[in-house]
Amino acid sequence: MTTPLLQVEDLKMHFPVKSRGLFRRVVGQVRAVDGITLHINSGETLGLVGESGCGKSTAGRSIMRLLSPTGGKVILDGVDITNLSRREMVPHRRTAQMIFQDPYSALNPRHTVGSIIGAPFIVQKVKPVGGVRKEVQELMARVGLNPEHYNRYPNEFSGGQRQRIGIARALALKPKLIVCDEPVSALDVSIQAQVINLLQDLQQDFGLAYLFVAHDLSVVRQISHRISVMYLGHIMETASRDVLYSAPQHPYTHALMSAVPVPNPQLAGKRERIMLQGDLPSPINPPKGCVFNTRCFAAQERCRVEVPELIEVTPGHQVACHFPITESLGTTLITGPDPGLTEQPDNAPDSPNAAATNAVFEAGAEPWAQRQS
Amino acid sequence: MSFLEVSNLQVSFPTEDGIVHAVDGVSFSVERGKVLAVVGESGSGKSVTSQAVMGLLNRKATKISGSVVLDGQDLLAMDDKDVRKLRGGKMAMIFQDPLSSLHPYYRISKQLVEAVRVHQNVSTSDARKQAIAMLDQVGIPAPERRIDDYPHQLSGGMRQRVMIAMALLNNPSLLIADEPTTALDVTVQAQIIELIQHIQQVSDAAIIFITHDLGVVAEIAHDVLVMYAGRIVEYAPVETLYGQPQMPYTLGLMASIPRLDRDPDVRLDPIPGNPPSLINLPSGCSFNPRCTFSDQVLDGRCSVDLPDLLPAGEGHLVRCHLPIDTRKAISVQTLAALNGSVL
Repeated sequence: MTTPLLQVEDLKMHFPVKSRGLFRRVVGQVRAVDGITLHINSGETLGLVGESGCGKSTAGRSIMRLLSPTGGKVILDGVDITNLSRREMVPHRRTAQMIFQDPYSALNPRHTVGSIIGAPFIVQKVKPVGGVRKEVQELMARVGLNPEHYNRYPNEFSGGQRQRIGIARALALKPKLIVCDEPVSALDVSIQAQVINLLQDLQQDFGLAYLFVAHDLSVVRQISHRISVMYLGHIMETASRDVLYSAPQHPYTHALMSAVPVPNPQLAGKRERIMLQGDLPSPINPPKGCVFNTRCFAAQERCRVEVPELIEVTPGHQVACHFPITESLGTTLITGPDPGLTEQPDNAPDSPNAAATNAVFEAGAEPWAQRQS
Repeated sequence: MSFLEVSNLQVSFPTEDGIVHAVDGVSFSVERGKVLAVVGESGSGKSVTSQAVMGLLNRKATKISGSVVLDGQDLLAMDDKDVRKLRGGKMAMIFQDPLSSLHPYYRISKQLVEAVRVHQNVSTSDARKQAIAMLDQVGIPAPERRIDDYPHQLSGGMRQRVMIAMALLNNPSLLIADEPTTALDVTVQAQIIELIQHIQQVSDAAIIFITHDLGVVAEIAHDVLVMYAGRIVEYAPVETLYGQPQMPYTLGLMASIPRLDRDPDVRLDPIPGNPPSLINLPSGCSFNPRCTFSDQVLDGRCSVDLPDLLPAGEGHLVRCHLPIDTRKAISVQTLAALNGSVL
């Protein structure tokens, strides 16, 4: 197995909560990210899903070193960047770039599109062949913008076009990894598909890897090869796309899956739906044991005491649960192997679990039955 | 006559850059006990339509014409004062963002009690009892304690429940929900949708549900109205809309959304281009610059004449120049391509 492009080990990002008054004593910690482990191979998309407040954006920002992690390790392309200073980080920014959620606040309104997309060249002191202007215009054309709009300002563009500007800027230095933080959630549905397709094309052309942070399970499924599900600062489950969406094992993944509305009136009301009770607990004072135990339908005494480790149940499928669910609950729409879908997409050649997934599907048995053995 | 009957509603706002035709000739009706979903992207006029129905638009700054008849009364012909008596009573609204719709300085109890006492002649303590009972109904645990919270003490889902409780206090017969679940997480969204369905069953209210999410529509609606650039482009019962959509825009939406029952290895098929500006609408059909089928219409009519909203089947209206047989063929073709990838 080749070394992954990005390796994250037990990453923690805690924010201090300070008291009011003169001394501003630290009275607690917001455990936004509390020990996550993941990896991304080159050319692959890892989706990071979860609900608001689960720490997925903070995870993305700590991996990009926009924040200084409290603990753990971030190894990018073989270099441990966890504790690098801002200055030391600069050369590594060429390896990893970021696309932000809000295309309105991510672009400086006083700079022209040309200078926004060209800024990475100046910062990194890179002189592209043929000059910055030519390079920027090529980038603009590549992401579907008119190169003649080089001198326009962001306010002259629609939301979808602005997101394309952000993508062109991220591409400028030919990075190996792009962290996308909810890149389509602020866009209209008809524009979302354009941006998703663009991201997929760019991945093919440039061999990019993505960390795709999003809350929408349908969008994440469309673009990711593998997916990690987060809840309250922890990773609950990681699996290849087809396994996660057909045979999830964590109760939280089941609940999430069953809540996604599907545009088919014939399915309405016919699917099993797991209603989560109560609200997300506070990350300042997370529940003891498994963080999900307060809302879990399968929780038992052990869950309130002992934190479950993220354990590999089959190659490439990791679950952090004492009592993983190995039978179908009717929460997923894809319950068994489909004859037309036995092949793993070959666009994830590096995926270590591709072979395993194939084996499960090709066996022709129901995936969850296989997993029990 | 239906319980709510909106006909030829036109709303325009004069701005510095020109007149914004936010809503142009919208007609629809809703019966009691039914849910009408209004679908559209930002700027399609779906929210302005609901605000016009609720009488929330400033009549001095807006030009409104047409009629909005609720239970026999034309709301547009009434005084602002009389409309205010209906609002919060006979008709109520749930907004997208519960944090900005609840007053941050007042306890929830005060806001709920006020809502009751404006419309009913009851004592404060009776109103409070009603409010607590309603909070209980919408699923707020320990309502007698939570009622004295401030809005910031509640989570997003709880605040939306408070908003819904407030809207339901006076037992409205028309309820408009404007993107009530857009700001919420999926698991909370599922709870709120279930709650609204429950309300619809027990209260027999007419519900207008505004959203951009075709998945939510499939769960909750009886009839669906698709809006584009201020106009209705398709209006159909929910099974028809998903089974035989005929307007190329609706088909485009269906083909462009990722969904859990589709093969994710099949690429999305997005609608090209961007939604038009409401100040400077394209001539003819507003969708024609983005439509991939407009070249099949003779004489380039699509960019010249605005098509009418015409019947295309039972309870089905479509605004499109394409001959109905062509539309049906396109619909079958697109859905077959979609279904071919449906798992």
